Amino acid sequence: MNNKTDVSVTTWILVAFSIVNIYFLATGKLGFDAKGFGIITAVALTLAMYSFLYKDNPVFKIAENLFVGVAMGYWIIITWFNILKPDVFETLIVPLFKDTGSAPQYAVIIPTLLGIFMLLRFSNRLSWLSRWSFAFVVGLGAGITIPNFIHAFILKQLSFNPLITASIPESINNFLILLGVVSVLIYFFFSMEHKGIIGGVSKIGVWFLMIAFGASFGFTVMARMSLLIGRIQFLLRDWLGLIQ
Amino acid sequence: MERLLRIDRRIIFIFVAIAVTLPLLIRFNLPVTATKDVKSIYNKINSLPEGSHVLISFDYDPASKEELQPMAVALLHHCFKNNIKVIGMTLNPGGSGLADSAITEAGKEYSRKYKEDYVFLGYKTGTELVMINMGENIFSAFPKDFYGNATVDLPVLKGVQSLQDMDYVIDLASGSSIEAWIAFGKEKYNFDFGGGCTAVIGPDMYPFLQSKQLTGLMSGLKGAAEYEILINRKSTAVAGMSPQSVVHVLVALFVIFGNVLYFMTGRKK
Repeated sequence: MNNKTDVSVTTWILVAFSIVNIYFLATGKLGFDAKGFGIITAVALTLAMYSFLYKDNPVFKIAENLFVGVAMGYWIIITWFNILKPDVFETLIVPLFKDTGSAPQYAVIIPTLLGIFMLLRFSNRLSWLSRWSFAFVVGLGAGITIPNFIHAFILKQLSFNPLITASIPESINNFLILLGVVSVLIYFFFSMEHKGIIGGVSKIGVWFLMIAFGASFGFTVMARMSLLIGRIQFLLRDWLGLIQ
Repeated sequence: MERLLRIDRRIIFIFVAIAVTLPLLIRFNLPVTATKDVKSIYNKINSLPEGSHVLISFDYDPASKEELQPMAVALLHHCFKNNIKVIGMTLNPGGSGLADSAITEAGKEYSRKYKEDYVFLGYKTGTELVMINMGENIFSAFPKDFYGNATVDLPVLKGVQSLQDMDYVIDLASGSSIEAWIAFGKEKYNFDFGGGCTAVIGPDMYPFLQSKQLTGLMSGLKGAAEYEILINRKSTAVAGMSPQSVVHVLVALFVIFGNVLYFMTGRKK
């Protein structure tokens, strides 16, 4: 299709969409209120996003850019009202200039300065200050994370259930987990040539990996389809009123 | 044969759209049975006496709403029905609106009162640090709730000082927050912990069930549907199971079809 055809197809779709919504508003299927217009906007944006499945087009681009802008605006508002206002502005700045009954919390100056230093990456002259912030974040992050991760994700995972239990399925399950862990570890052990017993066990490891990838793929398909189902439920229920 | 291998992907999209839309329009119910991992969360909440405190962390944003919001709504209905006090919070900046509307609407349905029966603490940045802070003192982590009320004055938080005082903690996650809750919350402060997550991260969570670091797990829309069945309140998740099944069969057929064509053509070369 050429550009002229694209423009005319887009125009006709927009006209059809407008007529359908005017009809819904006129007949009361959609309320002439914020909720009604909210649904129309959401429907328009949903269809605009899915139009990409046909091919890239200006309507999709508009919706995509709108999403980025709205998400950023929302994120800024949330950051101001949930972080900067209660933790910096009201605890440090306001008490400095107004009697609020509580003393300014000067300790807040340190994290605030470290936060400002991070933004100095954009300045050629002062970007070196951002290293202090990053050093603090990396040091604190590593200090907090390493011992907790070793405890929660390595030591706890090492504690293994007994291989033979009263329940046969559970025993089989425990054996499969042991076999899976050992064989996959051997598959990633490259200091010995994968021949003989090592080669055989590593092949079992490959099978376990393939099954794990298959499970991941299946779950990913389920997740993506859930999103599509949710959107189509919205279109059929909230917009077209075809389902309850 | 070669032409079939170069099939226009838009034809597949049409098939998928039909496979999702038709089962929604032509209603048919496929059986949804609750799995052991989902039942564990349900049984845990059922075992809590009235007035117990359940902390739900809504760590997702609108991108994962279709999977996690039905889960959140089902959990809230179960808690409010059992007269359990709900403490909501989020570690995702995009989660506040969804969490607030879910708690408020479910609370209204059971005539529960804000501040007395439930509270939404809002969003706090810092993920791991927030958990550690909550483990020491919940009022220090959240001095004010989502609406600006001082948390120390809230009757719903009476008897709660830190994470250890929670009778059950559930994280609904679209990212890696379940791992963070395990490492910095459950393992440090020792409380019962359950999780709900998107299907994409579901397989990564199973090792935590095996090690009993998670008492239960709801994974994706299927997990939400199972919970809706357990609380006997069928809603969007259960309705989504028929198209989910049909589209899975379709995807499996496409995979088989693609492989058959591959072996019939590609292998010959």
